[in-house]
Amino acid sequence: MTGGARETHIGHGANVDAPAKLHEMPEAGVDRRSRLPAWVVSWLQILPLTAILLVMFALPTTLFLAVSFFDYDRTGIYPAFMLDNYREIFTSSSTLRVYGSTLKFTLIVWVITLFLGFNIAHFLIFHVLNGKIRIVLFLLCAVPFFTSAIIRTIAWIPFLGRTGAFNQALMGLHITTRPLDFLLFSDFSVVVAYVHLYTPLMIGPIANSLSKIDRSLIEAARDAGASRWQTMTNVVVPLSKTGIALGSILVMTQVMGDFFVVRQMSGGQSASIVSALSTEIQAMQHPPAAANAMILVVIVAIMVSCLMRVVDIRKELVK
Amino acid sequence: MAEQYPTQNPIDARPWTFYALGALFLLYMLFLYGPMVVIYTLSFQGPNGGVTFPIVDPSLEWFREVWRKGQMADIPVAFSRSMALASVASLLTVVISVAGGLAFRRPFPGAGLVFYLVVASLVMPSLLVGFGIGLGFQFFGLQPDLFTSALGAQLTWTLPFGLLAMFAVVNRFDRCWEEAAADLGATPFQRVRHVIVPILLPGILGVALSAFTLSYDEYARTTLTIGARNTLPLEIYALISSATTPMLFALGTLTTAVSFLLIGITLFLVLRMQQRRQGKLRS
Repeated sequence: MTGGARETHIGHGANVDAPAKLHEMPEAGVDRRSRLPAWVVSWLQILPLTAILLVMFALPTTLFLAVSFFDYDRTGIYPAFMLDNYREIFTSSSTLRVYGSTLKFTLIVWVITLFLGFNIAHFLIFHVLNGKIRIVLFLLCAVPFFTSAIIRTIAWIPFLGRTGAFNQALMGLHITTRPLDFLLFSDFSVVVAYVHLYTPLMIGPIANSLSKIDRSLIEAARDAGASRWQTMTNVVVPLSKTGIALGSILVMTQVMGDFFVVRQMSGGQSASIVSALSTEIQAMQHPPAAANAMILVVIVAIMVSCLMRVVDIRKELVK
Repeated sequence: MAEQYPTQNPIDARPWTFYALGALFLLYMLFLYGPMVVIYTLSFQGPNGGVTFPIVDPSLEWFREVWRKGQMADIPVAFSRSMALASVASLLTVVISVAGGLAFRRPFPGAGLVFYLVVASLVMPSLLVGFGIGLGFQFFGLQPDLFTSALGAQLTWTLPFGLLAMFAVVNRFDRCWEEAAADLGATPFQRVRHVIVPILLPGILGVALSAFTLSYDEYARTTLTIGARNTLPLEIYALISSATTPMLFALGTLTTAVSFLLIGITLFLVLRMQQRRQGKLRS
């Protein structure tokens, strides 16, 4: 997910620890000539980012937290403190079904992208020995991520449709006699589009973690008599925990926040939490939309904090 | 006998997993690019052809259609807006996240809080960010517009992305170079201008490209914050529900070509930079 930075990281595993060691020495004397204390310099450097995120992210989030308790009618919203918006969500079976369906998609897509992401990253880091070929293959995986998600989603429609390329190929090869109907506008096509869109988010962080593994550890495991499977489960997987956690966070939150793919690829048959929410926003029902938003935020926050408990992402990233 | 874990030694025979994973990789590539290639091909559909194969009288008709000013959308105007917005977002993201990346090189009070703010902003469902900003503008009686609310909404996505990318870039910066400059009497500004930025430049270019393309293709955060003047992804979004002609595919081919072009230019610049450095090291 780090774009251009990721590719160049491969093969630099040995360098990673050097800045970390310097960092442990207090201040390393770099700023001794500037009059400002080092932490003030850091504050000045981080100030613009913090200010923008506070105004454009933290403040609006607080605002819809407040609005979720408001009253509303057809003409506007009125400040109040009532729990009706939340009560409606928890007592409506159709809303609960939408939550269930979003969680189901999240789980399925997470399992598939994790399988694909880990194996592909592993292939690129440990099996492709030529550095230049590795960078090229990496770029092939990464480039689609930097193109339009809308276009990549609708690209599946002429491919999977009744008269689409895939059905035509199957019939041309005489594998089936009639077109398969379940391919498009179904849960299947929703999952396919999600996996297509989000697998690069899994490959990137996992490959970054794998590339940092010291090869001598693997040789040590081999010398100690570990089988390949044991090396994999006892050395490689534990050492790529950060990448797995980061990739999982990115994939899960993207699926949970989606409203376009589920609408487009299910042909309007399925809904997600956010697509239901956007319908409410279009109907100017802001307080119930805000209540839905708050619940989604809580679910995402719980999920992310569980994953961040597995690994200290901050310690891993900011060395 | 237990097989050996693959190592960097090319003398070792390829284990069977190499072929299994290689096949998986190949299938993944087909999966990744197959549908995209289908729509690129279909955008050359003839004027009487439909949205699926076969292609009847291949033509450039649908590309011309993109330029024609329709009742629904004015694509060239939306495109120029998207380019302008992406340029501003990219520039701001680079400057702000490079500064942020430098800030995190040493501990400072509140670093943890800032980090969690960044992670929260990154994982927040996109539409909700736009929803919150839309509510905020309504609350303060402001009109949402391209370079206010929409830009702000996009920065809540490109800045965290840029900062995390900068962590990876800054991690590989050897502070000895900066110390050497300091010992030679360079001021903090000179150190940034002549040492840090030139060394980190390939990574910084990567961040600029990422921010540009992420902004250029963004729709979920932008849709509720854009106001009256649509960007290209939002025009495409609107077209999907109304037009089911190959024109949509032609538009998809064009906008993807723009992304590919930008990625290509950035790669070219980074590679040339690295080659020059290696050349200098040798001489």
